[in-house]
Amino acid sequence: MELNARIPPGPLEKKWDLHRFEMRLVNPANKRKHTILVVGSGLAGASAAATLGELGYQVRCYCFQDSARRAHSIAAQGGINAAKNYQNDGDSVDRLFYDTIKGGDFRSREANVYRLAQVSLNIIDQCVAQGVPFAREYGGLLANRSFGGAQVSRTFYARGQTGQQLLLGAYQALERQIGAGTVTMFPRAEMLDLVVVDGRARGIVVRNLVDGTIETHLGDAVVLATGGYGNAFYLSTNAKGCNVTATFRAWKHGAAFANPCYTQIHPTCIPVSGEYQSKLTLMSESLRNDGRVWVPRRAGDKRAPGEIPEAERDYYLERKYPSYGNLSPRDIASRAAKEVCDEGRGVGETGLGVYLDFADAIRRLGEDTIRERYGNLFEMYERITAEDPYRVPMRIFPAMHYTMGGLWVDYNLMSTLPGLFVLGEANFSDHGANRLGASALMQGLADGYFIIPYTLGDYLATTRPAPVDPGRAEVRGAEAAVRERVARLLGVNGTRTVDDFHRALGKILWEGCGMERNALGLRRALGEIPLLREEFWRDVRVLGTGEELNQSLERAGRVADFLEFAELMCRDALHREESCGGHFRTEHQTPDGEAQRDDAHFAYVAGWEYAGPGKEPVLHKEKLVFENVHLATRSYK
Amino acid sequence: MNLTLKIWRQASPIDRGQFVVYKAPDVSPDMSFLEMLDVVNERLEAAGERAIAFDHDCREGICGTCSMMINGIPHGPARATTTCQLHMRHFRDGQTVTIEPFRARAFPVLRDLIVDRGALDRIIQAGGFVSVATGNAPDANAVPVPKDRLEHAMDAAQCIGCGACVAACPNGSAMLFTGAKVTHLGLLPQGQPERLRRVGAMVERMDLEGFGGCTNFGECHEACPKEIPLSTIARLNRDYLKASLRTA
Repeated sequence: MELNARIPPGPLEKKWDLHRFEMRLVNPANKRKHTILVVGSGLAGASAAATLGELGYQVRCYCFQDSARRAHSIAAQGGINAAKNYQNDGDSVDRLFYDTIKGGDFRSREANVYRLAQVSLNIIDQCVAQGVPFAREYGGLLANRSFGGAQVSRTFYARGQTGQQLLLGAYQALERQIGAGTVTMFPRAEMLDLVVVDGRARGIVVRNLVDGTIETHLGDAVVLATGGYGNAFYLSTNAKGCNVTATFRAWKHGAAFANPCYTQIHPTCIPVSGEYQSKLTLMSESLRNDGRVWVPRRAGDKRAPGEIPEAERDYYLERKYPSYGNLSPRDIASRAAKEVCDEGRGVGETGLGVYLDFADAIRRLGEDTIRERYGNLFEMYERITAEDPYRVPMRIFPAMHYTMGGLWVDYNLMSTLPGLFVLGEANFSDHGANRLGASALMQGLADGYFIIPYTLGDYLATTRPAPVDPGRAEVRGAEAAVRERVARLLGVNGTRTVDDFHRALGKILWEGCGMERNALGLRRALGEIPLLREEFWRDVRVLGTGEELNQSLERAGRVADFLEFAELMCRDALHREESCGGHFRTEHQTPDGEAQRDDAHFAYVAGWEYAGPGKEPVLHKEKLVFENVHLATRSYK
Repeated sequence: MNLTLKIWRQASPIDRGQFVVYKAPDVSPDMSFLEMLDVVNERLEAAGERAIAFDHDCREGICGTCSMMINGIPHGPARATTTCQLHMRHFRDGQTVTIEPFRARAFPVLRDLIVDRGALDRIIQAGGFVSVATGNAPDANAVPVPKDRLEHAMDAAQCIGCGACVAACPNGSAMLFTGAKVTHLGLLPQGQPERLRRVGAMVERMDLEGFGGCTNFGECHEACPKEIPLSTIARLNRDYLKASLRTA
């Protein structure tokens, strides 16, 4: 396997333009003859399916939810970045490019990130034209706010529901195409395997979640936009249904998995309250525009926040990172929170929490302004905790949130398996070792609206895929394997529930491969995961049959894949003997506790190849070449 | 606290279905309603009984997937709160809680508490969009939008498409859902060219899907977790009338 990024020649700012001209086109009459399978209907999937439909392809789009509008992009709160420079505060495509490369701790590809920054401009235009109600100033023009890792205001937002509004924009575009007949939608349909014929991705095996029917769908290319794998940790800010199955199945068919150890822990989530906890709720990073993060100066200080005088508070982000302060990037803010809690200065009953305090902002701007900016977030916080954040500071703690790793893709967003394209969080491409806030929405829409429509056309025009005979052994084999696996899950008939195993896996990962990692903990996790997996296949209890709506069976399949995938994640974390972004190895830190990169040995993308059952995956390296930015120590001080 | 749950169980769309009573002991007030059901389900499975099927996903009140009637109210007793965000502190020890699927002719039950809300997607397909293909948008700041108008559009755009309005309505009407989209797009300059065509097509689809008419009960607004205002229905009616006059 070779990881050839196929980065086009030419100067950085010209690469995409030149490439677009070089790429071959499919003429309108021929587009109708191609069937494209798009899996996932979040920002990346919906925007891709809608746009490919508009272009005239025959698109089939799949989602496990009951409607395309429910994908978890909908939950993104804070905003979407774009280098519009409407605020005249020094922003530019180059600055967004640089901030993103630096934010990712110099572990992403220059050419991809530059293209992302360029395309960001078109995204905002497109969304506004669709009727996305971005916040505006009194003059009627668009408003912006700041996000972590940036010193300009380039984030566009729709109250605290930006992801919702962007997804509804894409969903409406998708529904329009469904109405026009160019896209066929398959809701409550889960992809359980990929069909590879003659070395190319040519179809998927899908289980209808309502009646359990298993069917194979064939096409000329497969586009995966199935999101990240944060739910491997059980507790995360992801929706309950988010899973790794589609990308993991593709990995087993030969698509390299890149940087699985790059996971993002979000600093501002509502702390865990009990064993029954089923998920964690994010409080938008945008709150750090006006909220100040602090803990008591003294360990074990159990006074109520209001009784702790100013002089006895430690605004640790402002103290440690004076230039970025409360808007330090996520990885840094998360680790800083862990550090103060480890020192015994955490707040709340469990001691696993820090304050996010709006008292100053309310004094300065008035409660109405704060309500206008964050009203729905404050309400959500109060609903969950029964505390009023206008009166008492919020309590927050870091939680698993986003995965920068994903299937390896080249500049055209194609994986190492020809014909398999991967978009959005499901790929690894743009965020390096840490994603900046408000950049996931940007990437999902860039991939779906503005990149895949060109690169997919080039693939089809170049390869001219011939129809696949559904009777081929590879096609029938994939479907048979899915049936066999479903039967196996139902046949174990053990004693422990699926969730019980999932929780156990989550604990192993949070301990061994969470906010901080080291060789000892990772080796321990690598010892524990296979044992848990064995037990799963010996003792899991999945009731009912495969020929009906069976949520336990759905979850069992996803957890079975997480149980294998978790090992890959730990293996990658163990091999990367450096700290970078969200991957913090305690063995590799500067004297003041910051991440210490090792550019001489680790300035590469780690792409893992599946080597067969029971065999160790094989590591391939894509060297990261920096021609335009200078590799520097990432500092927000 | 200890609760008694009376839950609708139905094995398939063609099954008759019935209420089954379960005990829910040791419920923490800090649990969400769905976490309480998770615990009940784990106990059921441990005892060899099928878990209660219910729709849920984001569990933070925004995806609109969760859909159940709790004591006869869509999403339960707390105002402006989806089931997933409803916490058990709203219930008291010893209480009996009745849990049913969203009920409406246009929402057939698939299993237990899960219904098919595909009809709502089809209303959007009929016209709930601005016809702007990717790539031909003018600069985002080219058309200013007055802030108050934008805020009103956003109030309507917040709809999460859960269908609580339909389940709450004695007529099973989807007017609040449809009104929200008609209002969101109708208030913005980008939505003007298709405004009248949109409302006609969406209302026609709504009728076709078996949703009832609106007789101004206002139950929909009371049940709406996003508090979509009733004025969206008034706007729909105004636009619909205009559209009818134009085509007449």
